[in-house]
Amino acid sequence: MLSYTLKRILNAVVVLWLVITITFLLMHAIPGGPFTTEKNLPPAVMKNIEARYKLNDPLWKQYTDYMVNLTKFDLGPSFKYQGRTVNDIIGESFPVSFHLGMNSILFSIIIGVPAGVISALKRNKWQDRLIMFLTTLGVAVPSFVLASAFIHVFAIKLALLPAAMWNGFEYQILPSIALAGMPTSFIARLTRSSMLDVLGQDYIKTAKAKGLANYVIMYRHALKNALIPVVTYIGPMAAGILTGSFVIETLFAIPGLGRHFVTSIYNRDYTVILGVTIFYSFLIVALNMVVDLIYPLLDPRIKLGGKKEG
Amino acid sequence: MQLTKDSFLPVTRVNAEQGTSRPSLTYWQDAWQRLKRNKVAMLGLYIIILLILAAVFGPLFSGTSYSDQDLLQANQPPSGEHWFGTDNLGRDLFIRVLYGARISLAIGIVASLLNFTVGVVYGGIAGFIGGKTDRIMMNIVDILYSVPVLLYVILLMVVLKPGLTNIFIALGIAYWLQMARIVRGQMLVIKEQEYVLAARTIGAGKWRILLRHLIPNCMGAIIVTMTLAIPDAIFTEAFLSFIGLGVSAPMASWGVLASEGTNSLRSYPFQLLFPALAISITMLAFNFLGDGLRDALDPRMRR
Amino acid sequence: MSKKWIILGLIMMMLGTLLAGCGGSSSKEQTVRVYMGGEPETLDPAKITGVPEGNYAQAMFEGLTEVDKDGLTVPAAAEKWDVSPDGLVYTFHLRANKWSNGEPVTAKDFEFAWKRLLKPETAAEYSYMLFPVKGAEAYNSGKGSVDEVGVKALDDNTLQVTLEKPTAYFPSVCAHSSTYPVNQKIVEANGDKWAGDVATLIGNGPFKLTEWTHSSKLVMVKNDQYWDKDKVKLNKVEWLLVEEVATALSMFENNQLDYVDLPPMTEVERLKKENKLQFDKIEGSYYYEFNTKKAPFDNPKVRRAFAMAIDREAINKNVLHDVHKPLYAWVPYGFTNPVTKKDFREEGGDLFKGNVEEAKKLLAEAGYPDGKGLPPITLLYNTNENHKAIAEAIQEMWKKNLGVSVELQNQEWKVFLGTRKSGDYQVARAGWNADYTDPMTFGDYLLTGGGNNYGRYSNPAYDKLIATAQSTNDQAVRMQAMHDADKIAMDDMAIAPIYSYSHYYCLNPKVKGLISPPTAILNLKYITIQD
Repeated sequence: MLSYTLKRILNAVVVLWLVITITFLLMHAIPGGPFTTEKNLPPAVMKNIEARYKLNDPLWKQYTDYMVNLTKFDLGPSFKYQGRTVNDIIGESFPVSFHLGMNSILFSIIIGVPAGVISALKRNKWQDRLIMFLTTLGVAVPSFVLASAFIHVFAIKLALLPAAMWNGFEYQILPSIALAGMPTSFIARLTRSSMLDVLGQDYIKTAKAKGLANYVIMYRHALKNALIPVVTYIGPMAAGILTGSFVIETLFAIPGLGRHFVTSIYNRDYTVILGVTIFYSFLIVALNMVVDLIYPLLDPRIKLGGKKEG
Repeated sequence: MQLTKDSFLPVTRVNAEQGTSRPSLTYWQDAWQRLKRNKVAMLGLYIIILLILAAVFGPLFSGTSYSDQDLLQANQPPSGEHWFGTDNLGRDLFIRVLYGARISLAIGIVASLLNFTVGVVYGGIAGFIGGKTDRIMMNIVDILYSVPVLLYVILLMVVLKPGLTNIFIALGIAYWLQMARIVRGQMLVIKEQEYVLAARTIGAGKWRILLRHLIPNCMGAIIVTMTLAIPDAIFTEAFLSFIGLGVSAPMASWGVLASEGTNSLRSYPFQLLFPALAISITMLAFNFLGDGLRDALDPRMRR
Repeated sequence: MSKKWIILGLIMMMLGTLLAGCGGSSSKEQTVRVYMGGEPETLDPAKITGVPEGNYAQAMFEGLTEVDKDGLTVPAAAEKWDVSPDGLVYTFHLRANKWSNGEPVTAKDFEFAWKRLLKPETAAEYSYMLFPVKGAEAYNSGKGSVDEVGVKALDDNTLQVTLEKPTAYFPSVCAHSSTYPVNQKIVEANGDKWAGDVATLIGNGPFKLTEWTHSSKLVMVKNDQYWDKDKVKLNKVEWLLVEEVATALSMFENNQLDYVDLPPMTEVERLKKENKLQFDKIEGSYYYEFNTKKAPFDNPKVRRAFAMAIDREAINKNVLHDVHKPLYAWVPYGFTNPVTKKDFREEGGDLFKGNVEEAKKLLAEAGYPDGKGLPPITLLYNTNENHKAIAEAIQEMWKKNLGVSVELQNQEWKVFLGTRKSGDYQVARAGWNADYTDPMTFGDYLLTGGGNNYGRYSNPAYDKLIATAQSTNDQAVRMQAMHDADKIAMDDMAIAPIYSYSHYYCLNPKVKGLISPPTAILNLKYITIQD
């Protein structure tokens, strides 16, 4: 187990390094830089700016400088937001995204999994049809439409909840639910689908024949095995949601990390692009590792770490 | 009575199976039969066929084109003349939704094929072989997940001319990753199951096991993921067109129409309603069909 | 059994995370809540480039002059100024004022701030605003020394400025945020960090900064050290740092905001009907820039034909909901002629007319009857809903009126800038806003070799007229020269103007006394909130 974990950690470092390098190259390959502006700058001023931010160093030097700073956990200064460092920006905005994300993830698991189970048990009956219909809408209607509709109905027409910002409990309700629409639907459907798979298995028939109570069968035998694809889906989904959704954060004016993923690219704010990418990549790799470690807990027959395949 | 050899006549063999049992079917014939019997799934199929026909032939029958503007008729609600109303430049929304169907259906189908071929095979191989191969393949997936897709997209925008192909390229880079992960996860479970062991014992080859046993048993998760991921493709196309990578104005897909409609949600809600309805109905149809396919292709439900 | 507890635990955790966000609510005093834009890049006046930042800074700082609501330059931190007969030396007499930390504002603070703006290491994008000052450009490009820059504090209350040549609009330059003073002691003690910390962000304006929560809000309260504090009735300004204007509008309609700048065009009709929209002048225009060095727009007849085939009235009415104003010249509305006191554009009139027949004739004369023989044409614009709508409308007009089918292409902003700068386009959407309140800010744009003249328009007759307007302080001569230059530019149709901007915004009717000058940098000094 230990050697497997160590191998995975080594892998993770290699993956992160590749991600940084590819992102770095792509960033510099696209036209425009952080100081490309509409009003033409006098060449002397442009030169001063580039010298100040070391943008006229050869590319390989900018790369190695960045990597050296990275080992000290220094992600550099933002080019667009003068005086602020990338560490500051991530440090201030991630907790907000995390909070919003956790709300949505918990909502989607708590509502989605039971919905999927009910749907599977009452297959083709009205509960199943209703849940199928709602989950289809949940993915067909994109989050920005859902969010706009919520704001229109609950904030403006009914004046029950605030339209935007993040200043208290009541501000969390609309964005958390809008964000949870798609994941809840996905989780419900995946749960339903694999419950149906599992319920058809022989060992379930055996359990029933043995006379075990229904809910024991459900939870101890069926659900555990059915959760594998759900857990697979939740890993990367969580990484995405916890680092913030650009759409939801922009619509609700929530000062989270999600906005920065998109705006940093439009601003060509190189250090912020790299910083948030590394952060996101780290989460993806870490969560996927956790997911892989959870698999054997759900189904002890799964072997990780590989063996010679015949 | 004396028993001689002549006392015993062989009984004439009656073919007891004639007329009382069904002819044997292959896996696919059986699946098709089961699908036909599922009314809801067939309804989904008919809706999809209807949409495709409408998309291909509908615009030929109308008088106006999707780009004819009438600035004086901008933002009109639905009426006898304009069934779905008009947009901000006075263009008929019904025609635009019909034209949009072409792009969005094409995207949906191509994206699903992408998921079904690349995603399933990649994930299947990774999960099946396991070990180091699995680790490296999943590392590649993690890398593709992490590098911001917007960067590739802007690069594509500079290097290639705008058009639908760019959308397919952008989707090709990032769209199938989720499917690969899910199929790989399923593989890890299923390959440990008893019937796989049984198949191996009687000497079935690796590919046969993969294609005949493992993947059909993942069908549930595959179909759910495939159908639920289609709107993602549609809205990714809308976003890409918005920033200039995809189809150019005045051509518009449902995703683009829905995004434009969201901006005027409060003033002209019908501009959002109809494209969103089109997407939702298509999604429902794909879902019904998908569910029916899942039941039809499930080997355990064979009678 | 254990599964039940896990689920219960999950629910408790969810409730816990929800409740953790429980915060206080806001209380209302004489407070105005404004949306002007999102998180500022910086609040250091020397480094500010964007309009939102300009607004935040105007509340906290005060320059030598300011622009009033009619677009005239009036005294602010400087009580009055004298100009030498040759027009080269300005002597500004400062009024008594204090920084928000109680220290007096002196002419030395201005000298320090201006030299800092021009210092090469500051790398300020707007350093060019002070290039009319003697030695400024040389110092900024590293070719001259700081001592040769023509700005000097004669004593604590007198600032002497020497110019390169007579620059009649120089006082209006002194209203720009890049020329704001900074507290020399604080900046020298803290370096560039002074602008990142509320404790050191000391200003000399009507309000002082008390809170900066990133991506959330800026809070300013009345500065009780300000010289005109008795006129300031407002206690608090909250700038809510929202990134998306649609969100800001929702907040306005939900009573979370009192002012929203430039609400979405799709909502304008409804807002007008509900009486929530207000209009003011602004000096800016929207136009299509022709690449005059590339076919087919290297031919002025073709340019004139395309420009005349656009129905600006229809666009303004139906796509822009009558918010802006159709424009038939280069210099837009909003500038006041200091001699006649009339609007520059109004007295100049329309320099051409939309005329489809004439356009068709011109196109035929150029050798493309009914549009035949033209190379494929692409219209370039940057990603934006409004630009798209206008481009689609104009594409249709060119098709219907001239028989020409034009392709549309949109590009992401920085890619778009790159394409324009490299001249890799035929016709592109563009916009220009005044840097200072004199028509010259538009006039020098079209000079041969001008830094922003991406269409590479060149006409020596035009250059000569602009040079005249740049070398005399006689306003009558200057204004006439600029009118004449404008006529030449339009005869050549260097660019195809579409409309002149209007500054439109949503304002809570309880807020009175807001001033929006044609620079669209708000003046909040005289606001009162009524019931």
